Amino acid sequence: MHTLGVDERSALQNALQRLLADHSTEAHVRETMTTTSGYDVSLWQKLAEMGITGLLIDEQHGGAGAGPVEIEMVMEEAGAALLCSPLLASSVLAAGVLQTLDDADARTRLLPGIANGSCIASVALTGVHGTWTEAGVEVQATQSGDTWALQGTASYVIHGQNAQLLLVVARTAQGMAVFEVDPASAGISMSPLPTFDHTLRLARIEFSSVPARLIGSNSNTWSAVEQALNLARVALAGEQAGGARKMLEITIEYAKQRVQFGRAIGSFQAIKHMAADLLLESESATSAARHAAQALADGANDADSAVTLAAFACADAFNTVTATSVQMHGGIAFTWEHPAHLYLRRARADAQLFGTSGFYRERYVQQLGG
Amino acid sequence: MSNTNENSTETAFADDALRDTVRKWLADNWDPALRGQMPGTEQHRAWLAKVVDARWAATRWPVQWYGREFNDTQARIVEKEFARVGAFGTAQDRTNLWVNTALAYGNDRFKETFIAALLKNEIAMCLLYSEPGAGSDLAGIRTRAERVGDEFVVNGSKVWTSGAMTADYGMLIARTDWDVPKHAGISFFFLPMKQAGVEVRPLRQITDESHFNQVFITDARLPADNLLGTLNSGWRVLQTALAYERSVMGEGARGPRSGVASPTRSGEEELIALAREAGALHDPVIRQDIARVIAYKKLNALNTARAKAELAQGTSSPIMSLGKLAMSRILHEEARLRTAMLAAESLLEGSAFPRAEDANFLTLNAYFTSIGGGTDQIQRNIIGERVLGLPKEPEVDRDVPFREVRGAVVQQR
Repeated sequence: MHTLGVDERSALQNALQRLLADHSTEAHVRETMTTTSGYDVSLWQKLAEMGITGLLIDEQHGGAGAGPVEIEMVMEEAGAALLCSPLLASSVLAAGVLQTLDDADARTRLLPGIANGSCIASVALTGVHGTWTEAGVEVQATQSGDTWALQGTASYVIHGQNAQLLLVVARTAQGMAVFEVDPASAGISMSPLPTFDHTLRLARIEFSSVPARLIGSNSNTWSAVEQALNLARVALAGEQAGGARKMLEITIEYAKQRVQFGRAIGSFQAIKHMAADLLLESESATSAARHAAQALADGANDADSAVTLAAFACADAFNTVTATSVQMHGGIAFTWEHPAHLYLRRARADAQLFGTSGFYRERYVQQLGG
Repeated sequence: MSNTNENSTETAFADDALRDTVRKWLADNWDPALRGQMPGTEQHRAWLAKVVDARWAATRWPVQWYGREFNDTQARIVEKEFARVGAFGTAQDRTNLWVNTALAYGNDRFKETFIAALLKNEIAMCLLYSEPGAGSDLAGIRTRAERVGDEFVVNGSKVWTSGAMTADYGMLIARTDWDVPKHAGISFFFLPMKQAGVEVRPLRQITDESHFNQVFITDARLPADNLLGTLNSGWRVLQTALAYERSVMGEGARGPRSGVASPTRSGEEELIALAREAGALHDPVIRQDIARVIAYKKLNALNTARAKAELAQGTSSPIMSLGKLAMSRILHEEARLRTAMLAAESLLEGSAFPRAEDANFLTLNAYFTSIGGGTDQIQRNIIGERVLGLPKEPEVDRDVPFREVRGAVVQQR
């Protein structure tokens, strides 16, 4: 996979920081999270103009031709700003699946729209039991002549209700395959799910004899899905690292300002020690996410285990940092108006997407030979 | 513009010439058989003497003190050439705690006596800092030094001193003024250890090993020239010395001592292999813990690598100060995991039960890292204050004459 030059990368980071400082403030986030779509179309357009919606898509299909290192960096910023957007669903997971599958025609047809942001795509993969594994796929595809039809349920589909294009992972007689589906097709029942993290959108989709177009072949596509999932895991790890760092920053600032017993509460060792431990968590998450991105970009031998490590280390760190930060703030962070719970909710949601920490720890031991 | 180019070309030529010179000198003088030679042997010292006399030991230093007044780039060239053939003895201007402290704070007579001898490792040294009553609060020391004629007379007790049995001198902090606040009444000395007033007794650790001593000092004497820095400025000297110490240490803690651990296995493989041998690899709880402990280790390595990369780019990194906390957690958690894997076997000890020996030793020795060199709690204060910028805890003894501080005069005669 490709990477941008150092200067290009830092220019992109600066531009994104400015954009988010203007258009993804806490007030924006709170407003956006109450809307039905859960994302701000004008901000999405600006992200597209900046090249971020097409970051991972190659240049011949209208993208920036960047790779894991850049998306990780972008997601650190997105996580810090609690960006509400279908970036992970469309520009990472769906774009990733299309780029890994062997289907030049589908790429030409579908990637340019994802790259320029005009088409939001989502991958329907998880069944109602909510595991992002091969065994968890519950949609069946049957072939009659040249046409395919889908039957079954996919759930926890990220931004599924906002998608103009669904990539559905389904079982065929030959094995796992990916299908292109128009969400407006007859036989689709789309149910938005109420989410604990109000900045996230999830949908449950029922397929009843839905016509579908096969992308690539219908055998051995699970490894392509896994590759795309690894990209999504690195992106999510970046979001978690960025979110953890920002939450800690907010908390430290408060500990310096808040006075009780005639002292800033940050001068109490009870607070200071929690803060030091959270710094270790947050810095470790950053190291893990960036290392995983680099390993994936380099195609390193240990890329899979590096991604797995980042998956559980960043999930746990974001959870710990946000949960402890609420405690360190005291009463103020128990109020709806304080942003701490927004980060806590995001952390709890991110810790479930693509697999739990327990799942990843087990996988880590297996990857290391145990 | 052309000027700059010329200069950099000249510098490049000079660097190449220097590299050749060092390379040739090493080719003429270095005996590869000396590689891995333990410090303190005749051969080790003879080589050091050669390096010092050829002025390769501390190249950044003034010519007067065996240096060449090199800039960092030049010094690194020398160090790289030494490293290439596996030779030691250079870079002492970065790494030799004793001689750096001596050079920075000794008077000329002191330096004449000590610099060359320290560079050549002809003098064995130890540290006389901590006391039974001054651990985390090092500035609360009560060992006293009083000026009598051309000498200082020292009384008190020091603890956690390694190498005290064989040391010729100890770097000592002692109280020289009791009527000023605690940091302001401390002086820094070189104390001769081989004298009647200095008695060294080994401490027996919870691991049943003895790596440290307690040193009892009774009317011991030292020449006034052995005062480093000015009288009562010892706290500042100590900070310099501690900074050198930290920059040299920070290397990993000890692993198991049984020798069962195979040097060819990586850390990950080691724990997984141990779980397999102990029949615990199928246990899902153990498997989760294995992943956790390996992750702690891996994350610490990634943090260190990132910190080094950031330092190399010229941005300071907050991560370095986190290494000790991370290492403490790794050691305690790994010990807990090994014990859990072994279950009842961990009840046993002795050479017939090496896995139990390892688990039990690691359990106890983990405190070496979480207490030694400043407890983890003190380290968290330091991170909170110096890295995160949180305000300091109010200190009740900060501006009070030490004599009036609670506990200051308990053991005074």
